[in-house]
Amino acid sequence: MPPDTLEFEEPIAVLLKEIEALSMLPQTVERQGLIDELNQRIESIRADIYARLTPWQRVLVARHPNRPTVLDYVNRMFTDFTEISGDRRFADDRAMVAGFARYKNEPVMIVGHHKGAGGDTKQKIFRNFGYARPEGYRKALRAMKLAEKFSRAVIAFIDTPAAYPGVESEERGIAEAIAFNLREMAALDAPIVVVVHGEGGSGGALGIAIGDRILMHEFAIYSVIPPEGCAAILWRDSSRKVEAAEALKLTAPDLLGLGLIDEIVPEPTGGAHTNHELATSLLDSALERALGEVSAMDSAARLEARYQKFRAMGNIGIEGE
Amino acid sequence: MAWFKKTRTPIASTSEKPSRVPEGLWVKCPGCAQVIYNKDLEKNLQVCPKCSHHFRISAADRLRSLFDDGRWTEHFPDLISNDPLKFTDTRPYRDRLRGTIAKTGMNDAVIVATGALDGADIVVAAMEYSFIGGSMGVVVGEKITRAIEMALERRQPVIIISCSGGARMMEGALSLMQMAKVSAALARLDRARLPFVSILTDPTTGGVTASFAMLGDLNIAEPKALIGFAGPRVIEQTIRQKLPEGFQRSEFLVEHGMLDLIVDRRDLKATMSRALQFMRAEAAQPVEPPPVPVTSGTSSEPTR
Ligand SMILES: [Zn+2]
Repeated sequence: MPPDTLEFEEPIAVLLKEIEALSMLPQTVERQGLIDELNQRIESIRADIYARLTPWQRVLVARHPNRPTVLDYVNRMFTDFTEISGDRRFADDRAMVAGFARYKNEPVMIVGHHKGAGGDTKQKIFRNFGYARPEGYRKALRAMKLAEKFSRAVIAFIDTPAAYPGVESEERGIAEAIAFNLREMAALDAPIVVVVHGEGGSGGALGIAIGDRILMHEFAIYSVIPPEGCAAILWRDSSRKVEAAEALKLTAPDLLGLGLIDEIVPEPTGGAHTNHELATSLLDSALERALGEVSAMDSAARLEARYQKFRAMGNIGIEGE
Repeated sequence: MAWFKKTRTPIASTSEKPSRVPEGLWVKCPGCAQVIYNKDLEKNLQVCPKCSHHFRISAADRLRSLFDDGRWTEHFPDLISNDPLKFTDTRPYRDRLRGTIAKTGMNDAVIVATGALDGADIVVAAMEYSFIGGSMGVVVGEKITRAIEMALERRQPVIIISCSGGARMMEGALSLMQMAKVSAALARLDRARLPFVSILTDPTTGGVTASFAMLGDLNIAEPKALIGFAGPRVIEQTIRQKLPEGFQRSEFLVEHGMLDLIVDRRDLKATMSRALQFMRAEAAQPVEPPPVPVTSGTSSEPTR
């Protein structure tokens, strides 16, 4: 199977192979016509498959190795990006990116997880596969406090399987790092727009995901626990991940229905990984609008609205007085 | 999220679950292997008189041990989850909830109470482990948030006693967001200069640790409590090694700077009393921020 296709894209993979075989042969008008026809069929099959993805299939798309990273979006959508490093406590965490740039000519602060997607194994290890350690969350908060100090907006890109579940994470207080971010972001006096563009992996995602607007990509996921972990605990069988993915209600339409996000960002047919440029322009228009709206509010009103937004989360599941 | 295993084991098997509330006349202490008369344990706040092993206690027993004369007023007891995801694993969550409510006589895994501790009025939220592992779903998040807002309104200190496996999976991302909701309320409490004491008991893990449990002005733990973010088994799978003895226990957290102190349950009320005195709980007056100094010289007239 071509490396870029997922298990449920088998029909596409077959056609891609055919195209590959045809393009090895000497080019003729007839052959080119055949290739064009195959490409059209791929497009229509893709549109078909992606119009009714199951939750588990969305998990696979959200984790696609070529999904745009925070830096892919930064390079295409922002100018003058200057990355900053370190938590001024212990270390720099490469699973978390922070830096300032211009968006529509306005200086903004960017924070975001980075899985090393699009790169080789070395890249992925360098980024710790997007599993941030305590210093990552502390670096992100330091960057956001800078934004607050100079009245700049924050844009947070969410894409992580989870916070790093390792010995040093516990030793250096991963729980405290996330908890402190939750509290401080709730009261941070700067506009914050959150973009859940890949995998929203539980507390590790939430640790930089408090804001005034929460955007979520069409095929992104956001969950309290990975479906595999949920299946292992509740079904005692991690292979029941497909059912767990259904049960957890982790897709963008689910989250919107539960009142946990504000808006779904559309993706190119076939997912953001198939067309970074189009994915960027689709995000760009949603982000510009959201950022414009929250930046226009005065800070007291914005902080009150942010509080009430999270304050209301969960009401849908409660009965009684 | 190791709690699930425990909720499935029959309640009676005290010997294999060392921290379980002992039942029956006699109990063998997992700390020192002594056989203890249950009445003696009860009188001793469920702490072994020989070796100080802390048995797990219920939220109600906890409140009894802290409030003056063991009296308090309960708040919001009727809030109940409506199973917002219609979640089913090997059995419907709705049935699991119903069964737990019948067994515990509680509607969810936390009691919010107000009363006095050595005369100081306080708001307490105490988590109940026997209710689906003390897990935090929408009701727990809502009740704790209301407790904090009530304290803000009354200008009283908040004490949260954690005993939880973390977020409640069966309420999905709604559970996750309770971490944000409670932490936002704690931000307001913090800015209002009101005290928040977090008491961490065995176990405090996952999304509870990564939100309110770690945000105390003081973080106080019981001895040898399991406290962490990721579960020990998840970490062992990640690093492919056995974890060292004492990893993620209270003493380990103190050593790594994450807790203020470890307090024996029998000393907890006295310690709380001293802490609340330091934190001016008895005054309950808003503290004005210091005036902003005038930076442009001493003249009251603007210079031109
Ligand atoms: Zn003992």
